[in-house]
Amino acid sequence: MSTIAIATDHVLPLAQRDARSEPRVLRFLVIAFAITFLSVFVLLPLALVFVTAFAKGVSAYLDALSGSETLSAIALTLTTALISVSANLVFGLLAAWAIAKFEFRGKTLLITLIDLPFSVSPVISGLVFVLLFGTQGLFGAWLQQHDLQILFATPGIVLATTFVTFPFVARELIPLMQEQGTQEEEAAVSLGASGLQTFFRVTVPNIKWGILYGVLLCNARAMGEFGAVSVVSGHIRGETNTMPLLVEILYNEYQLAAAFSVASLLALLALVTLVAKTILEGRLEGHPASDD
Amino acid sequence: MAPLTRRSVLPGFGLTLGLTLAWLSILILIPLASLFLKTTELSLQEFIASVTSHRVLHALSVSFGIAFAAALVNLAAGVLVVWALVRYRFPGRRIFDAIVDIPFALPTAVAGIALSALFAQNGWLGAPLAKLGIKVAFTPLGIFIAMIFIGIPFVVRTVQPVLADLEPELEEAASSLGARRWQVITRVILPSLTPAILTGFALAFARAVGEYGSVIFIAGNLPNVSEIAPLLIVIRLSEFRYADATAIAVVMLVVAFLIIFAINRIQRWAQTRGVVSYSVT
Repeated sequence: MSTIAIATDHVLPLAQRDARSEPRVLRFLVIAFAITFLSVFVLLPLALVFVTAFAKGVSAYLDALSGSETLSAIALTLTTALISVSANLVFGLLAAWAIAKFEFRGKTLLITLIDLPFSVSPVISGLVFVLLFGTQGLFGAWLQQHDLQILFATPGIVLATTFVTFPFVARELIPLMQEQGTQEEEAAVSLGASGLQTFFRVTVPNIKWGILYGVLLCNARAMGEFGAVSVVSGHIRGETNTMPLLVEILYNEYQLAAAFSVASLLALLALVTLVAKTILEGRLEGHPASDD
Repeated sequence: MAPLTRRSVLPGFGLTLGLTLAWLSILILIPLASLFLKTTELSLQEFIASVTSHRVLHALSVSFGIAFAAALVNLAAGVLVVWALVRYRFPGRRIFDAIVDIPFALPTAVAGIALSALFAQNGWLGAPLAKLGIKVAFTPLGIFIAMIFIGIPFVVRTVQPVLADLEPELEEAASSLGARRWQVITRVILPSLTPAILTGFALAFARAVGEYGSVIFIAGNLPNVSEIAPLLIVIRLSEFRYADATAIAVVMLVVAFLIIFAINRIQRWAQTRGVVSYSVT
């Protein structure tokens, strides 16, 4: 007994070390590379945002954030995000119900089409709405006749933002609901629940963390979208500038502290989103789409 | 056991699928179709002349060429970062794991001005680099840096779950059969990671090609030097040359579709090889 125990004591750690790990020097080098790479490319830019924002002191920081232009940009960003995220939440729930709970032809194609906005350049996402609603666009003449303004106004900004953030909620809910199957809903329906009762009392409680996760990522992108919104906004100061567009204007005017002050709010949003995402991933453990 | 009749017990299929298709068509498909409709205003010769003009070709080659180089860096650096995060324990590992997602979560305009200020000649990193004679901001090198930044999460987040799920028995078997450590890594581990690495590379490449916000601040935007294709689209739009803007967009879009197609093929190949499938944003 004791000889065997001694033997395995000696042999096992040796075999494991050989099979599963690298020499100390190599290990150290890989860790050093990872830390340096992530620090230079991620930590430093992030730190620079906050350091530059407060470079002229806290009162200058607060002044920059309480200017009327900043306040109107914040208001427009919040309005846009509220409308876009709500629209994509409703769409995501509808699409996930149809795709996850039923079998039909062309499902794979439909999922690919829903993911499409992710592979389109943000500038092109804005361009398509210029082609539709611009003065030379398909509906341009009709819109002018009826005195409707979509481009260079809030509706255009909302449309472009909704386009860019279209897949977030749906692609989060589809795999989650597919994994959960249809048995609970079938039980509810066979016991006499209506469709809506089944959805709100059975399905929604099962996917609430998935919904929150999708909404969180969708909102972060909606508030931070730059390229698409930049093409459709027309950059009218105090009217059609969202926070990211205001950051650009202030930066190009060499108002660095002010630009980074507004940027720091957006960076804070990104950090809060990441922390919330990490917490939610704990709750969604084993959920296949939580790796993005 | 008849699955079709059992599924039809649930209500709302026609309604939800109908609304999904309607909303998808109105918001995504019709606007994208208008892009192709607009290019029909140009004859084939005009289209070719437009996208093969010197400035457009240069912008496209900057976007695609630098995006490809940056995705290669992301591939190599991403695999090393994943290796450190999955296989080793070091102080701050969880924090470094979490900040991998920052390039994905940080609004691109914020990333753009931060990178630009960081690498400007009086910046934290730009100043020491300038002493070495290396100019980053307002050169193609700046575009390269911004595209590396934006691509970091893609390779890391596609490869990480695959390496974490890799069976230790594979390595132990190879090792007990006499393979040296580097042989185990290059012949056993890396081949299992290849589909994930390629998918991450393609995603990073696709993202960098279309990237606008994080690039334009650091690029300098000199025509025929450091002008990216998305910026040229914006410039053409501001000149009201809509058809020319659209022609560039169509070229970029077609390449983007080819990349999606390639990613789908890689994933199908990975499935036939028995490697776990995964989904990435």
